[in-house]
Amino acid sequence: MSGKTLYDKLWDDHLVKQNSDGSALLYIDRHLLHEVTSPQAFEGLRLAGRKPWRIDTNLATPDHNVQTTDRSGGVDSIVDPISRIQVKTLDENCDSFGITEFKMNDARQGIVHVVGPEQGATLPGMTVVCGDSHTATHGAFAALAHGIGTSEVEHVLATQCLIAKKMENMLVRVSGQLGVGVTAKDVVLHIIGVIGTAGGTGYAIEFGGDAIGSISMEGRMTICNMAIEAGARVGLVGVDDKTIAYVKDRPFAPKGPQWEQAVEAWKNLVSDDDAEFDHVVEINAEDILPQVTWGTSPEMVAPVTACVPDPAQMSDPVKREGTERALHYMGLKPNQKLTDIQLDRVFIGSCTNSRIEDLREAAAVVKGKKVASSLKQALVVPGSGLVKQQAEAEGLDKIFMDAGMEWREPGCSMCLAMNPDKLGAGEHCASTSNRNFEGRQGFGGRTHLVSPAMAAAAAVVGRFVDIRDILSA
Amino acid sequence: MKKFTQHQGIVAPLDRANVDTDMIIPKQFLKSIKRSGFGPNLFDELRYLDEGQPDQDCSQRPLNPDFVLNKPRYEGCSILLARKNFGCGSSREHAPWALEDFGIRAIIAPSYADIFFNNSFKNGLLPIILEEATVDALFQAVEANEGYQLTIDLEKQVVIQPDGTELVFDIDAFRKHCLLNGLDDIGLTLEQADAIRDYEAARRQTAPWLFS
Ligand code: SF4
Repeated sequence: MSGKTLYDKLWDDHLVKQNSDGSALLYIDRHLLHEVTSPQAFEGLRLAGRKPWRIDTNLATPDHNVQTTDRSGGVDSIVDPISRIQVKTLDENCDSFGITEFKMNDARQGIVHVVGPEQGATLPGMTVVCGDSHTATHGAFAALAHGIGTSEVEHVLATQCLIAKKMENMLVRVSGQLGVGVTAKDVVLHIIGVIGTAGGTGYAIEFGGDAIGSISMEGRMTICNMAIEAGARVGLVGVDDKTIAYVKDRPFAPKGPQWEQAVEAWKNLVSDDDAEFDHVVEINAEDILPQVTWGTSPEMVAPVTACVPDPAQMSDPVKREGTERALHYMGLKPNQKLTDIQLDRVFIGSCTNSRIEDLREAAAVVKGKKVASSLKQALVVPGSGLVKQQAEAEGLDKIFMDAGMEWREPGCSMCLAMNPDKLGAGEHCASTSNRNFEGRQGFGGRTHLVSPAMAAAAAVVGRFVDIRDILSA
Repeated sequence: MKKFTQHQGIVAPLDRANVDTDMIIPKQFLKSIKRSGFGPNLFDELRYLDEGQPDQDCSQRPLNPDFVLNKPRYEGCSILLARKNFGCGSSREHAPWALEDFGIRAIIAPSYADIFFNNSFKNGLLPIILEEATVDALFQAVEANEGYQLTIDLEKQVVIQPDGTELVFDIDAFRKHCLLNGLDDIGLTLEQADAIRDYEAARRQTAPWLFS
């Protein structure tokens, strides 16, 4: 018998019951909640007269609707009345059920996928779910983590379980050494470019290989975060010393003898050498260049040195039509150089790239420089209140503001523009977020996904530049 | 949950791949704390020429005449014919809620994104998978015949074409059972409460830090 993959191990450890029809009951260790996908679940629970099964596994924070400007007026200062009601509803639900919540003006508030790991609420070997597709982020800790719908949020609240079906195993192995200026974001964009936006559908993707091992925990979170953009609900990285060092001493992490016991157990959270994957994708780290998306799907991506593709050269009619539609929406011409795209705004933030290392990476590029005068706005939005504090302690806020960038309060912000931060129609934005769908950052807005360093460089120049030219200058 | 047994209805063809849930229901409508009322904003950015806002009277808004759901021939449609990777992106269950609220009872496509697929079943919306070539042929048939209807028989797992030919589809036995009977998942799981407690007791021994 061959060995087990990391996913197999996590699945087996959480299996409450396997039914003969292929469905299974899977136990959930951590349930994260935010204001957008939970109200209907709490309402459903109340209507059915049910109670949460295990209150202590739930952790909530509002992130999508909160403004990133002054918050001293509290929740009442949220201008949009519908947004305000949604945030208040989360507060009320958490208060009435006794769920721990980091409210809007708590220093620990932030984007749920930044907060979980930061608090040690995400631990290796856990099952972690949230009514949010980017829950895949937490897989960086060898946790089985994925997004769920609101009906499932209610199901987890009521039963501590999910009805699940086992996925297949995919290994994406990135071997070799990453070049200078090539970040975790470029790695994952490159992978999505290779396997496509549906390439991971039905799979749990494990990211392995020495290049992944060389990436920090925060970088691994960036990679797992975007597994869903390749269609995979789950992204995973096996446990190593970096994982354990990151988790140690975090508020929710085990302490004392339990810590020792946990670490012992976590060391087993890697795929066995003889584990068999249903599908293996080999990527050469040296092939990965700084990436820029040019279209309206994350798979529409190319190295910054490339040109916009020409649909006329495409033989597959669905692909050709999709490309034509994307270029029309993006206002781009076939064969135009990516470095010729003029930008209107820059957004550094989101659960993909708003952690301290991301901010350091961006600050290093803009330090002592000024944002191009052609830009309307360059926003920097930290992922949590604690990231913000840390950045300020390091003086990063000053670097950004001196360069002419705006330094904001934590939240999802322009990643999906449910709060007041958005793109105008036709505006091009260099964004460190994860989705470049039509209208994602604002009605008619045009998103280009890039790394924090690339976004910072684009802010200074006003259009895309190859970060490697700047780093070597 | 709403039952799904048999359904006959007009088919509307949405001819684009990778339709994401942001497209199905844009974010500004996700601020609602209700489960219903999303139908008028289904495909909002494709369907209307202006930018939609929550709580707005959509009957006064300028329609995009080129969008499939605005064409008179597809009025009253209840089956959506779509391309591969339908429902990708965000996990928002508002997407199936919007489709269902609009009147869609079933979707036919070569493939779906996992979370959307899952969410649909919870809402009595049946996502049917047929081979790409079969879906292609259906697109042609729908375009060629005004008022084209299909019948879906979940018990028999077939899509029946107007000429009586049947297209067989696969479906997970558990999901089929729940849909046919309109069963509530939570109620079913709570019948397993003892198994959940047994699991917890055992897990508490091997991984006590998860319970402290
Ligand atoms: S930052 Fe963006 S992708 Fe992440 S949770 Fe918020 S809205 Fe979703």
